[in-house]
Amino acid sequence: MSLIEGRTGSWEIVIGLEVHAQVVSEAKLFSGASAAFGAEPNTHVSPVDAAFPGMLPVINRHCVEQAVRTGLGLEAQINMVSVFDRKNYFYADLPAGYQISQFTKPVVGEGKITLDMDDGSTREIGITRLHLEQDAGKSLHDQNPTMTYVDLNRAGVALMEIVSEPDLRTAEEAGAYLRKLRSILRYLGTCDGNMEEGSMRCDCNVSVRRPGDPFGTRCEIKNVNSVRFVMQAIEIEARRQVELIEDGGAVIQQTRLFDPNRGETRPMRSKEQAHDYRYFPDPDLLPLVLDPKMVEDLKRNLPELPDKKKARFIADYKLSPYDAGVLVDERITAEFFETVAKGRDPKIAANWVTGELFGTLNREGLGIEQSPVSAQALGELLDLMGDGTLSGKLAKDVFAAMVKTGKAPAEIVEEQGLRQVTDTGAIESSIDAVMAANADKVAEYRSGKDKLFGFFVGQVMKATQGKANPGVVNDILRKKLAG
Amino acid sequence: MALDKATVARIATLARIKVPEADQERLAADLSTIVTWIEQLSEVDTTGVEPMTSVAEMTLFMREDKVTDGNRRDDILANATSPARGAFFTVPKVVE
Repeated sequence: MSLIEGRTGSWEIVIGLEVHAQVVSEAKLFSGASAAFGAEPNTHVSPVDAAFPGMLPVINRHCVEQAVRTGLGLEAQINMVSVFDRKNYFYADLPAGYQISQFTKPVVGEGKITLDMDDGSTREIGITRLHLEQDAGKSLHDQNPTMTYVDLNRAGVALMEIVSEPDLRTAEEAGAYLRKLRSILRYLGTCDGNMEEGSMRCDCNVSVRRPGDPFGTRCEIKNVNSVRFVMQAIEIEARRQVELIEDGGAVIQQTRLFDPNRGETRPMRSKEQAHDYRYFPDPDLLPLVLDPKMVEDLKRNLPELPDKKKARFIADYKLSPYDAGVLVDERITAEFFETVAKGRDPKIAANWVTGELFGTLNREGLGIEQSPVSAQALGELLDLMGDGTLSGKLAKDVFAAMVKTGKAPAEIVEEQGLRQVTDTGAIESSIDAVMAANADKVAEYRSGKDKLFGFFVGQVMKATQGKANPGVVNDILRKKLAG
Repeated sequence: MALDKATVARIATLARIKVPEADQERLAADLSTIVTWIEQLSEVDTTGVEPMTSVAEMTLFMREDKVTDGNRRDDILANATSPARGAFFTVPKVVE
């Protein structure tokens, strides 16, 4: 357990997260308008989304399936009957004056997420529920001095609200939770997890207490849009609450905003805090009744998720938990690795993917899907090492050339004459030349100065431009020096 | 159930309806009468009866995930007051 120190003793942070994850779908949750991001303003809008009188919502089957698949991925209870409610509030980007959401009967109930902490331990975090709801439109406040502009392209896009139990205790755990949730959503293909574009947003509920005490009064920090900001916002808000309490004050339950530039949280205007949504069942929509066969089919066709994949990588490929964790984080990385490892030494494959390849991608600022070296090509490179054509050092040179030119490794080896020399005759003559040129050192070595062995190896490698097989060089050199 | 004046004022605020204070007392009485009349329903014993969400004995109709609408901005903005650049709805500035 990790505590924060105040002036009057230690405090424990209690955190629960509400994540809004945009569902990957073609059309919106209740209309036939496109759910795609980045279109001209108000072009992806149907009369349903603009709340024209008389328009009726009709639910998108795929969005329901995506929510159920996510629920299954979180090992959660799937509710065979759920109900859509109206959440009533007024805001310019909510044309109907209510959001269609699920209040008392969400489509997905309790589930869990397992966190892998940096120290190798795991933590299980409870999921309270997942429900489907509509996104709101977008308000633009900076286009005009007196007016707010409203774009309804996003209005009505399907969201999954995923609510955690107040099980998180540190900002690091909150960060690990978000990363793990994002990884699971991406594996499932139910949300692209892109926090920058707003397809995954997070509200943080934060309170502090003395260890062992009941929960304190919480504040909700709205709409934090990166993992780093979530962690910062939690730290800063917890500090604020501790100082407030230690100064003799009390935390008031309220909604706050995080300002990353000023490094502070501040209360939203009280008007928007009128948390009286007057939920009631939406009379335009019948209860959502799931077909058990549909749920079974979705369950059967679920992809292998990160936890399972990690366990398999450790068991089958004998990878360390750390390497396995890094490789399974993104599905595409795991697939890349498995292509490289197929029929080869998995440990070496893992080292090259997490070492040379990740290093290059980080340096170039590329994702693995844009990798200049394909899994196929990296595999071929490892084969050239395996059959003795390339030494480890030469392989790194070839890899660098592959990154630069995009050529196949065999081609680069031929072009640059990098083939490792294993021909003992050629190596022998190099050694003879080196020994002849350094007769004094040979004498010193023979009189007991063993350390000079490294010098000779270096000279021979230099003479062969690094292409001599080091093992062969060692063997022959040792014999020849022994006289 | 009796609604008091404060509750009426609160409901009016939530509904964004301006109700002059002078009218609130009368409205409270009216609404109380209506609610009390509806409350007769609670005289029926509904122990063990699932709340009904619809009178229609059918299940929710589902749509395929196909784009069938959109790209009709002029229609959408036709009734908007002073749309900006022919592209946006506009409202008096709401700033956080």
